[in-house]
Amino acid sequence: MKADVGAALAPTAAKQFLREAFQPKIWRVAEYVVIPALALAVSLGLFGIFVALFGKNPLDLYYYMYLGAFGTWFSWQNTLIRAAPLILTALCTALPAQLGMVIIGGEGALLIGALTATGMALAISAAPPLVVQISMACAGMIGGGLWIMLSGALRHYRGVNETISSLLLVYIALAILNFLVEGPMRDPTSLNKPSTRNIGAANMIGNIPGTEVHWGLVFGVIAAVLSYILIYYTVFGFAARVAGGNLRAAKVVGLSVGKLILVTCFLAGAAAGLAGMMEVAAVQGAANANLAAGYGFTGILVAFLARQNPLAVIPVAVLLGGIGASDGLLQRRLDMPDASVLVLQGVIFLVVLASDSMYGRFGWFKRKAS
Amino acid sequence: MIQVFPINTSAFGVEANGMTKRFGEFTALDAVSLKVAPATFHALLGENGAGKSTLVKCIMGYYQPDDGEIILANDKVTIGNPRVAHAFGLGMVYQHFTLVPAMTVAENLVLARDDVPPIVDWTKERKRLDRFLSGMPFRVPLNAKVSAISAGERQKSEILKQLYLRRRFLILDEPTSVLTPGEADEVLGMLRGMVEKGELTVLMITHKFREVMAFADEVTILRRGKLAGKGHVKDLTPDSMARTMIGAEELTVQPGRAGEFGGPKLTISGLNALDDAGQPAVRGVTLSVRGGEIVGVAGVSGNGQRQLIEVLAGQREAESGKILLQGEPYHATRQEMRRAHLSVLPEEPLKNACVARMSVADNLAFREFDRAPYATGGWWLNGAKFRDDAERKILRYKIRTRSSGSAIGELSGGNVQRTVLARELGGDVSILIAANPCFGLDFAAVAQIHAEIIAARNRGAAVLLVSEDIDELLELADRVVVMFNGELVYETPAAEANLTEIGRHMAGH
Repeated sequence: MKADVGAALAPTAAKQFLREAFQPKIWRVAEYVVIPALALAVSLGLFGIFVALFGKNPLDLYYYMYLGAFGTWFSWQNTLIRAAPLILTALCTALPAQLGMVIIGGEGALLIGALTATGMALAISAAPPLVVQISMACAGMIGGGLWIMLSGALRHYRGVNETISSLLLVYIALAILNFLVEGPMRDPTSLNKPSTRNIGAANMIGNIPGTEVHWGLVFGVIAAVLSYILIYYTVFGFAARVAGGNLRAAKVVGLSVGKLILVTCFLAGAAAGLAGMMEVAAVQGAANANLAAGYGFTGILVAFLARQNPLAVIPVAVLLGGIGASDGLLQRRLDMPDASVLVLQGVIFLVVLASDSMYGRFGWFKRKAS
Repeated sequence: MIQVFPINTSAFGVEANGMTKRFGEFTALDAVSLKVAPATFHALLGENGAGKSTLVKCIMGYYQPDDGEIILANDKVTIGNPRVAHAFGLGMVYQHFTLVPAMTVAENLVLARDDVPPIVDWTKERKRLDRFLSGMPFRVPLNAKVSAISAGERQKSEILKQLYLRRRFLILDEPTSVLTPGEADEVLGMLRGMVEKGELTVLMITHKFREVMAFADEVTILRRGKLAGKGHVKDLTPDSMARTMIGAEELTVQPGRAGEFGGPKLTISGLNALDDAGQPAVRGVTLSVRGGEIVGVAGVSGNGQRQLIEVLAGQREAESGKILLQGEPYHATRQEMRRAHLSVLPEEPLKNACVARMSVADNLAFREFDRAPYATGGWWLNGAKFRDDAERKILRYKIRTRSSGSAIGELSGGNVQRTVLARELGGDVSILIAANPCFGLDFAAVAQIHAEIIAARNRGAAVLLVSEDIDELLELADRVVVMFNGELVYETPAAEANLTEIGRHMAGH
């Protein structure tokens, strides 16, 4: 008898449970998908107007952008190759954001990481390739990590604004790169474009089998997933969220805010440093000015568009990687200057920042969520 | 255009009939009627959220009621915005000051007028002001900067400003909350005098029964947006008014005092701290709190109490001085807080002790999340434990929330404070630091929080309680110290405390 009642109740109870527990969550998440998507659509619309002013057809623009980013297997691979460092540099902004810090110096950590990784590879180039690769990764992460940790330390011990200091450190990193590449570390045979010596083909990180996409993408995805777990499932992440949500509350319960800042900044810089190592070990083969390709800056955009969520960083990085990948096609087919994609990125950034004020404004989401 | 109404030169009455105001689906005011007779002192009582502010804001034109009418001196009027209310001679004095601190009192008075000329002829204005003041029952230093005068003088200036603008119906929103008892009596007494002379009508929002009994003629009591009772003060007692305010709700029974004082658990010596502007705020505070003792710190707000609490809570670094918890030096680290079983109930808990966007369960776990059983292996959060523990505390502390997963920012003030109370007092407490723990809360929450604090004391905890509410201090504390200008200037056992003496020291005399 009892079992019968239970069986009869179970489907309704389950349904109710689903309605109560699951639906609100979906609608809460929906807001975080719909608003950035709208922001993206508005940016594309604005960019369409911009392009129309130059006498091009915006519909052509959208078509070629799609074609160049996701239209063919070739463009997909191009997109993913660009997405790999973007995931990592986006983490450089998204991780400190959990603590309420705005770090925009991922580019600097990427360059320093590339330099230290290259230095490591050249120092032990005779070792077995796997040892060289692991040492490069460690060196890159430590280099990049310490670089951003410097910003964190300036903020914690000296009250220097971390946004400004991390940005200024980018230019210092760039100067160090140029100095070393054109000076002490220069390969005498690199005549037109100063470079360091090549790390050697054997030490290069290969591609994912069957593709032209290097392993950096896999490392990026792993780093993003680990970051997500760190933030939402560990004691450290919890403490960081408390401190990021309300510094005064964190102090009342005695959390060591300084330690949180330094460790988080180190991890953030390590992610960007790993991106730099990947660019050397999988793409360039040596450190040179090509490394300053703006991945660090686009990563800021990725992080903001993903609302600083490490998992959301992955699809957003693919999307932005796609926009970058479509650049070539736009130049060839529409005869547009190569900076036009940067204009689009700038427009997206402004619209996304502006859309931040829209959260919680739509009663529709709230009604659905409650 | 604004309906022209003869400016009243003498007191007039206000009647509000069947006032209803809804915000979305929430009815803040449900067919409430209020009748204030001319030249009377009327008190408006009610718990937080009872609708007192909504009612007076409807009268002042800040809100438009959904239903109901306002009758001013026998004429039905529509008050579309505050300017219309001002033109009718209605004025409002707020709990917090609206004077410009960097200007003199005279400048503030002239500035408030609607018809300030482009170039002010100060000689002429001074003469007019002097003439105006000579007809007033109280004086203020016209040439002093507002930042240099005392809280009592500021509140007097606020009231003078309303009278200077020829407002003859004054609405006072908890006007004495920043004043010492002496200052409060002086200001209210002067207003009472003007009311008796037929120059003024006063409607005062308050929660202090003492002031109602001493100064008001009639009282209207609201409860949950409805009229709960009204009558002449002479027919009522504080008890009967309190019962009408809270209705049938059961209040937590206050435990009696038990146990003896132990040894000193919290010792502060020679503590100095600066405020946000870098000025000395805490000056050489030396204080010791024994186990099983509640030490109350009285003082008008802004005399260094906040900075003192912030230092103890770890939110501010001391310039110099020493703090010992159970005899061990204390620098506000998590280890030290744990070892000494220190708990803190800071003021404005949502701002000082919670993360608004994190869940109730997360907020309840701030003290314990990093060790077993909340954390497995020191690293992994044990979500099930968070939930179980939260559900237990939600029941035990009567926290009203949709679920343990709701963001704490969605809860009402009382329930936020209950959450913090559950977190801070849910475990072993040996030393408790509390600052204005009941500010802005309803009776049920206040009774519960007071009972928890007494219970912690009875279990042997040393309690340092800072409060701007002297009645609360005298009710809870075993010993009262007064803080003025960053220093502890007076100390008395609560049993022998004399309100006048305490008030005198709060004012710095």
